[in-house]
Amino acid sequence: MQFYRGNRLKCARLAGDRRGDRYPHSLQFYLQPPTENISLSEFESFAVDRLKLLKVVENLGVSYLKGSPEYKSKLEMELKKLKFPYRALAEEDYDARRKDHLSHFILRLAYCQSEELRRWFIQQEMDLFRYRFTELTEDLIKNFLTYVNLAYNAISKEEKDTCADKLVNSTPGFSGAKVVDMAYYKVPWSHAVDLVRTRRIYLHDGFAFVPHQDLVAIVLNNYRTNLSKALALTARSLPVVQSDERLQPLLNHLSHAYVGPDYSIQKNTGKISLEQIDALSVKSFPLCMRQLHKALRDNHHLRHGGRMQYGLFLKGIGLTLEQALQFWKSEFIRGKVDADKFDKGYAYSIRHNYGKEGKRTDYTPYSCMKIILSNPPSQGDYHGCPFRHSDPELLKQKLQSYKISPTGITQVLDLVKGMHYQLACQKYFELIHDVDDIGFSLNHPNQYFAESQKLLSGGREIKKERNQPENSQAKQSSQKSTPASSTPSCSNTKAEIKLEELEDYFTED
Amino acid sequence: MAAWPFEPGSLPDLLPLYYRRLFPFGPYGRWLRYGGVPKSYFENREFSFTLRDDIYVRYQSFSNPQELEREIQKTNPYKIDIGAVYSHRPNQHNTVHMGAFQAQEKELVFDIDMTDYDDVRRCCSSADICPKCWTLMTIAIRIIDRALTEDFGIRHRLWVYSGRRGVHCWVCDDGVRKWSSTLRSAVVEYLTLVKGGEDTIKKVTLGDTIHPFISESLSIVEKYFEDYALVGQDILGSRESWDKVLALLPEHILFVYCSGKNEELEWDRKSCLSRGSLCHPGHPDKQKEIMLQYCFPRLDINVSKGVNHLLKSPFSVHPKTGRVSVPIDLKKVDEFDPFAVPTIRCLCAVSDYKKTSLAPYVRVFEEFLEEMDNFRKGELLRISDSKRDF
Repeated sequence: MQFYRGNRLKCARLAGDRRGDRYPHSLQFYLQPPTENISLSEFESFAVDRLKLLKVVENLGVSYLKGSPEYKSKLEMELKKLKFPYRALAEEDYDARRKDHLSHFILRLAYCQSEELRRWFIQQEMDLFRYRFTELTEDLIKNFLTYVNLAYNAISKEEKDTCADKLVNSTPGFSGAKVVDMAYYKVPWSHAVDLVRTRRIYLHDGFAFVPHQDLVAIVLNNYRTNLSKALALTARSLPVVQSDERLQPLLNHLSHAYVGPDYSIQKNTGKISLEQIDALSVKSFPLCMRQLHKALRDNHHLRHGGRMQYGLFLKGIGLTLEQALQFWKSEFIRGKVDADKFDKGYAYSIRHNYGKEGKRTDYTPYSCMKIILSNPPSQGDYHGCPFRHSDPELLKQKLQSYKISPTGITQVLDLVKGMHYQLACQKYFELIHDVDDIGFSLNHPNQYFAESQKLLSGGREIKKERNQPENSQAKQSSQKSTPASSTPSCSNTKAEIKLEELEDYFTED
Repeated sequence: MAAWPFEPGSLPDLLPLYYRRLFPFGPYGRWLRYGGVPKSYFENREFSFTLRDDIYVRYQSFSNPQELEREIQKTNPYKIDIGAVYSHRPNQHNTVHMGAFQAQEKELVFDIDMTDYDDVRRCCSSADICPKCWTLMTIAIRIIDRALTEDFGIRHRLWVYSGRRGVHCWVCDDGVRKWSSTLRSAVVEYLTLVKGGEDTIKKVTLGDTIHPFISESLSIVEKYFEDYALVGQDILGSRESWDKVLALLPEHILFVYCSGKNEELEWDRKSCLSRGSLCHPGHPDKQKEIMLQYCFPRLDINVSKGVNHLLKSPFSVHPKTGRVSVPIDLKKVDEFDPFAVPTIRCLCAVSDYKKTSLAPYVRVFEEFLEEMDNFRKGELLRISDSKRDF
């Protein structure tokens, strides 16, 4: 991929060069990297959109059975919304296919950097590929396989007749009739290792006779092998790419990216009174903030990590600077801190958080990603994500003390064991609010609060409208009195991540 | 049978003679050079030697077969193992940056050891073998070899008697030598039917459908089992001989087979016999499972799966029996007699080495090499034809 040198941010696209044969299929193996020019803004937005897509793939994969009707319809909706190819049959798909192609390769740059990132990326890309492949018809499959040089030959009728009984005996659950109907492909046995290993396939002369329905697994395996190798290669050439200072911040942060509203400026500041906070902490705070609030009340103190995480959250839900100063001071002086010391020390840093000191940056409340990934708590700390950082036994006790049902607790703990911390918090939301489906993808504590408030005030629709007006998506947090206007994280139009903000986001701590 | 009992103490005297006069270095070198392309293939091959007093040296490597010959004749190892072809010369592996020294290629090997059948043979146990249980090896070779050639499309297999109680197989196809550990494990799993250790009584369970690999293997077993149990042992001959055969079969298998009619372990073997035993297909599936449990090959996956695994070399001497690890002629596998395999003692007693009993085995080896050579030439012709090179 070529990037223009200098400050040019926009450049000519493939003007008038819409070669339809460049992307003859809606599906691809991403074997050839793109060679066109691309603007930085398109680079960013493509990457962000694909990241949103992959996160949806991840969420759906845990919430629904892969391949079930709900899974498929929700995934198709997301693909359509984010303008990725969703219908194999659609002919005029050039823009979507191009976006698919480019965004995949851009994300490779971000996700090749560590074993964990690679594993996550490969898993989601494989699930996405599997969905799209299984939507293809037999003819399209044949075309696609030829296109990617996996020309597995379907065996002729004569050949099938001679080994029909062997096929029946080697494919479990297949009757003679089914064998006759199904297409069989001759695949080099090393492409079908799992089927051979477990003797679930007819093997002759080094070829596995694979029925059509097992073809997906084989193609997927190929896809995974290729992608794995490619990522390893990409990692090696990464230093060159990272030396481009326009790309470096974006790439570095994509893998930790929070791609939703940042709750930095509230439209409805001052709508919360300090007296409400105790009740709110039980009803509408995510567990991390509920925990911090309780610790603050119990100990009349919080350490720096806790003050940052909780303090910014409170700002995000609408506490004004004056309220914040009063809130923290009244609590701290009940502890070991006297009024003077508070004014001289702690007050400064609260004002700093509100952008009234120093650099005057208006700091943004932490996203779940940031809380989970950075600054783990140590002894005496109460910040972090309880689903990530608490001992599961202690977590269990805490949930029990909140009167959550044993089944519910088990579900939460299972998600924790699977390292799905945000999904565990989503489950916590559902249990606290007594709803079946949280209805959104949780990525931010302030989002939790906003959604909770909306639910409790009866202002939530079941089906989310995805067409949000531009100005509402980036900077907003809805309060109790706000009419239903949600900003779920994986939604709508381009999130405008300003690179400078991202920088501060990660360096302020 | 060896005319003299073998004394391991004689090895230091006999080995020099063996390595100077009898070890077929010529064909051996031709084998491991694999046509000489690339030249580094032989250079990067690991050998290991077990010297006297159990001194074991690894990462031996040589520039060419002649150097190997000289070293062996100098050190007279008790045992020679062949390892993998590495990325660098094994004898320089300490100079290579850690992680860069990798095993890259090796023959796919199988090791079938009679001790793995101890739960189903009563004639012998552990290191002993006798003509009766050797049949198990014959069955194993037939079953595995058929699967390798017909199912996996493999061409060049060298079967070798280990010198004591088992057989090895060396698969030498060009492509196969490059196989990863995953592929090698997969082959072993495909070939595995007998599962379970000491605690498992019934080790073979067949499903509703019988995979072609199993049915093919079964027909091989059935052929031998009949010979083995009925003809060879003449089990119908007398009660005593029948009892002897029954004694070969673990009680618990017969117990299972006899449908648990007798709850106690002290069952009446005769009544079992009259109820339609092994001779009659009264319970075909049970009969199949028993035959398979008794006869089906048992492989050691650890030997086969590692690309860097070292295995005893063909023509190496077994230090405990004195017998040479000789190739087995597949055309005459039924006639192979492990007790007729020459020991180093008899070999060295003969003055004209060309007349020794090792010669036929060397011929088998050379035929194997010739087949590989011919195939290699054929492939080159095919490639140059397709490129239209004349």
